Amino acid sequence: MSDVTIARPESAAGAAPRSATGWIRNPWGKPRFLRAVTWGYLAWSILPVLIAVAFSFNSGRSRSTWQGFSMRWWYQDPFDSLWHDAALRSAMFQTFRLSLLTVLLAVPLGTMFAIGVDRWRGRPAATANGFMLFSFVLPEIILGVSLFLLFTNLFDELVRLGTTAQVLGLVTFQLSYPVIIVRARLLSIGPEYEEAAMDLGATPNQALRRVLLPLLGPAILASVALVFADSVDNFVTVRYLSGQAPTEPLSVKIYTAARASPTPAVNAAATVMLVATLTVIAVAFVLYRRISGSRGEEIATPAALAEL
Amino acid sequence: MASTEGAAPVSGRRRRRAAAASRSGVWYPRWYWPSFTAPGLLWLLLFFALPFYVVLSVAFGTIEPLFRTPVPVYQFWWWDFETFAQTAEKFYAGDRIYLDPLIRTLLYVGAASLICLVIGYAVAYYTARLATRGRALILILLVAPFWISYLMRIYAWQSLLQPDGYINDAIGVIGLAPVEWLAGKPITVILGLVYGYIPFMILPLFGFLDRIPSSLLEAGRDLGASPSQTFRRVTLPMSKPGILAGLIIVSLPMFGDYYTNDLLGSESTSMYGNLIDNAVNSSGQTPEAGSLVLILIVLVMVPMLYYLRATKRATEEGS
Repeated sequence: MSDVTIARPESAAGAAPRSATGWIRNPWGKPRFLRAVTWGYLAWSILPVLIAVAFSFNSGRSRSTWQGFSMRWWYQDPFDSLWHDAALRSAMFQTFRLSLLTVLLAVPLGTMFAIGVDRWRGRPAATANGFMLFSFVLPEIILGVSLFLLFTNLFDELVRLGTTAQVLGLVTFQLSYPVIIVRARLLSIGPEYEEAAMDLGATPNQALRRVLLPLLGPAILASVALVFADSVDNFVTVRYLSGQAPTEPLSVKIYTAARASPTPAVNAAATVMLVATLTVIAVAFVLYRRISGSRGEEIATPAALAEL
Repeated sequence: MASTEGAAPVSGRRRRRAAAASRSGVWYPRWYWPSFTAPGLLWLLLFFALPFYVVLSVAFGTIEPLFRTPVPVYQFWWWDFETFAQTAEKFYAGDRIYLDPLIRTLLYVGAASLICLVIGYAVAYYTARLATRGRALILILLVAPFWISYLMRIYAWQSLLQPDGYINDAIGVIGLAPVEWLAGKPITVILGLVYGYIPFMILPLFGFLDRIPSSLLEAGRDLGASPSQTFRRVTLPMSKPGILAGLIIVSLPMFGDYYTNDLLGSESTSMYGNLIDNAVNSSGQTPEAGSLVLILIVLVMVPMLYYLRATKRATEEGS
């Protein structure tokens, strides 16, 4: 492990030409070049974020020059710290409010949609599923601006920009996650369990509630975690659909601050988002393992998602 | 596996018939399963399909002359194309003020996607085929960026690239003068895009590379191919769908990206997403937002449809 952790981009660049050709000539030797690239990439990918987290504990105003450790930007500063800055604090609650509401709507809707599409085969179901996947690959700005135009024109009497519009937008954007995850699970379950239950006298509703839903537990749990984490991180949709300043969640505040003159309180706000998503994912992972009793699938889930 | 699953690889129509057969005589009313799909479908019609119709109505509608707010025309038989033409003309007529951002977008997205592919392929290849020690750790670290807000990741770089940031400190150590990274340098924006979207490239590539059976590679070598020939004629062709999927999935969001440039670039590196964002946020230009979004939809439609079709084929083969 020790030689692995020192593999930084600099050392990779220095050793690159020789080991690259060496590896092509003898691929059974140690793939030093590719290993250096991989660990270099991982360091490049993770280190900046860790540095940003560290700077939330900076004692000075700078987010780029270290001036000593303090909790000033977390709670000590009476005006500008994350906890005492009213705007940042309300943004934090808005973030969690939106994510929670989105989970409550998107996961049941998506789960039902997946069950329906999977069991009701045929052309209409395939069309509905294709429609759903469309919302998955569409660049987010298109959906965000379209919904903005919807809520400011056709629906301007019905839905005001703000929390309601944001939740409607987030659910639309997140709906495909539970559909994809639950559907993948349904494909591997097959209809036999319910058929067996109904052979034993259960009604379709009983078979669904007492056989299929428990079997779908892990997939639903994964969807909850994924939708929550992704809603916390969402920026494009919630920004276009936010109304007055108090409805702007943390991500929008970070964006606005980053373009003006941010203090390390912004780093603290970003850290809260990071900790929130990682906690939800970690808790879901532990529960997932306990329910499904299988190992290693946690990595398969996001990987499978990225493939879709 | 279910009888329906076994029939899956056959053509669509026969599969459906098989599914219906296995379900004949079973206890479900006709409306039972469709009623599960209905709420989600209704939602999508209301908040996914209808907004597009509004976009069309705004783009092909008129403008209130005093405040320049959009006056959407919802009756498609009354659409007129003057508002749309006014926006479209900015790409090819007069000062062509929208042409440069469009060209920049194509160049930046192209460059960033290629860099993503080169780095991503190396990392995915190493992780899938060569990594032994620390493979689980590598996988966790590869997935980690998905759980970190995009904005935070770009903000982190914005801090590092400040005039007094750590990057300038580092190049100062080897005797180079500090660089104004954030003053509208294309390279900063391109690397920012790479940084932001490369995880979406690595995971599909990893998936495809991981699924190539090693017996195929051994067969290639047994038949006398050199290692590089085996790579060129076995691994590379077999990972081609992964390469295409990865390229599409990283470039689609880049076409609509404006925040990377907002944080790392300047006016001189603005992209197509910035045009849309400016139009939405500056009063009097909202009607343009509709037209610009419409043009973007047309631009990304082909790769999007290709991707959906490829995914569909992959799922059919997989099940």
